[in-house]
Amino acid sequence: MPVKEILGRQIEFDEDGHLKNLNDWNEEIAKELAKEEGIPELTERHWLVINYMRQEYQKVGDAPSIRKLTKESGVDTKELYQLFPKGPAKKAARIAGLPKPKGCI
Amino acid sequence: MPNQNDEIKKVSIIVSRGSLDGVYPGLILANGARMEGIEASLFFTFFGLDAIVEKRMDKLSIVTVGNAAMRLPWGQKMPTWLGVIPGMASFATWMMKKEMEKLDVPPVREFLQMIKDSGGQIYACKLAMDMFHLKKEDLWEGVDDILTVGDFYQKAAGGIVLFT
Repeated sequence: MPVKEILGRQIEFDEDGHLKNLNDWNEEIAKELAKEEGIPELTERHWLVINYMRQEYQKVGDAPSIRKLTKESGVDTKELYQLFPKGPAKKAARIAGLPKPKGCI
Repeated sequence: MPNQNDEIKKVSIIVSRGSLDGVYPGLILANGARMEGIEASLFFTFFGLDAIVEKRMDKLSIVTVGNAAMRLPWGQKMPTWLGVIPGMASFATWMMKKEMEKLDVPPVREFLQMIKDSGGQIYACKLAMDMFHLKKEDLWEGVDDILTVGDFYQKAAGGIVLFT
């Protein structure tokens, strides 16, 4: 498994480049992962999405679909793609410290 | 992790069929592309146009006649003669819509809007429009443009083309 040093800590990643251990995640790590995805600064709106995804993951064991996310988080589809231009599902999940989403929608 | 040069950056998806099961694969592929950060456009041609005709897009159905893979809800193959019985097509359509909703797949109109909001483009085929005597006013308001085959290839340049 690839291990990378982030903020002086040895962090383990899975084959998809997502955090291997959910517990390694904190807000500082999220900021570093966001930079890797080309998002220099996480705004309040980014956090809304990230926190919602983490909540959903803890509840159901997978990241929510885009449809569910936009309906329940208060961030609509257009904004979601502006916040995570390289693909909201995977990138937001990665920044949120979650594995790659399993769904197709 | 795939090599970065191997990554797909752009897809143009042609939707040529107008049944519910003919339209959904294209929509799912386009939406899925956008979710991955891949540029995506949909080109509706022939009977596929029904999915972007304002008066028809909410009424797409499943074809039960001549569909050899059709199965009954309990998994048994559907006898071909059953597909002809009145009401079978609407029953199958209702079933599929119900199953799709369970998987959080939106109805066609909402799905197209989602793809558009995510930055995907929606195009209609000029020739098919002429053939079916359709005008721009007949199309869903979200359609970006009506294209000739030549226009389509120009827009699809540098990407992958999928025919559904």
